[in-house]
Amino acid sequence: MSTVAVLSQTFNIKGGDFVNAGEPACKIRNILREIGINANVIRRVAIAAYEAEMNVVMYARQGEIRLKITPHKILLEIEDTGQGIEDITLAMQPGYSTATEEMREMGFGAGMGLPNIKKNSDIFNIHSTHGKGTRLKLTFKLNGKTKK
Amino acid sequence: MIDSKIYISDIIKAGNLQVIYGEHLTKRAIKGGYASDLLSDVIGNSKADDIWVTLQGHPNIIAVAKLKELAGIIIVNGRRPEADTLNKAKAEDIIILSSNLPAFEIIGKLYAFGISGLR
Ligand SMILES: Nc1ncnc2c1ncn2[C@@H]1O[C@H](COP(=O)(O)OP(=O)(O)OP(=O)(O)O)[C@@H](O)[C@H]1O
Ligand SMILES: [Mg+2]
Repeated sequence: MSTVAVLSQTFNIKGGDFVNAGEPACKIRNILREIGINANVIRRVAIAAYEAEMNVVMYARQGEIRLKITPHKILLEIEDTGQGIEDITLAMQPGYSTATEEMREMGFGAGMGLPNIKKNSDIFNIHSTHGKGTRLKLTFKLNGKTKK
Repeated sequence: MIDSKIYISDIIKAGNLQVIYGEHLTKRAIKGGYASDLLSDVIGNSKADDIWVTLQGHPNIIAVAKLKELAGIIIVNGRRPEADTLNKAKAEDIIILSSNLPAFEIIGKLYAFGISGLR
């Protein structure tokens, strides 16, 4: 099954760059707003994009967010080359975090990122190879039943 | 008719807050408040036009405020934003306020003034 992308755009994320982190998420939100996507969907995409982006900044060297908009859904793919996740079930648990003391002092490391991403996306798909990297595929439906 | 909205300029007076950046942004209305130092919490639970009370002063707070369209940031406990945070605030036009008081005091003042964490 193929879906024609109405719009697709890629944003780079640099590991460790806490200063510019969050800009791709903001740009994505602006794009969605410009094309008139429903506000509730925009809110959920923005939360997921920010959290996924911060995980790349915190736990990977390099990554990218690919945004694809089709007539019926928005797709976010976040892929990084980083340390990967050894135990995904554990990583998905609210409160679980391997953030450093330094990151925790900055207010990261609540272990809420991945649970928040899952909660806000309609389809959540995570794939990770320990030592190599992580890929998230998130789908947000534009019609029919979506999350509140 | 009396204007019942609460503006940033009102809470600057009520809380005796210092404007670190954004004198030109004090006319913005505030619809509620959120207090947290955990960024995932703020991203997940704050609402647009909330005033955000935190002790974080690093640059990523600007991204959070921008993304969630918060009305502004109050940094408490006498902490000051980092230089990078200030540059970011200027670039994104986000108001940063500060107070020497601890969070509890500031939130109490804002609440007494009519700002709620619920809506
Ligand atoms: N892209 C990634 N690469 C490697 N490890 C990751 C990645 N994303 C998440 N993890 C691992 O999963 C854990 C949980 O991630 P999650 O986003 O839920 O919480 P956190 O990032 O630790 O804290 P928070 O998101 O609340 O600031 C992380 O601490 C980390 O060990
Ligand atoms: Mg995270």
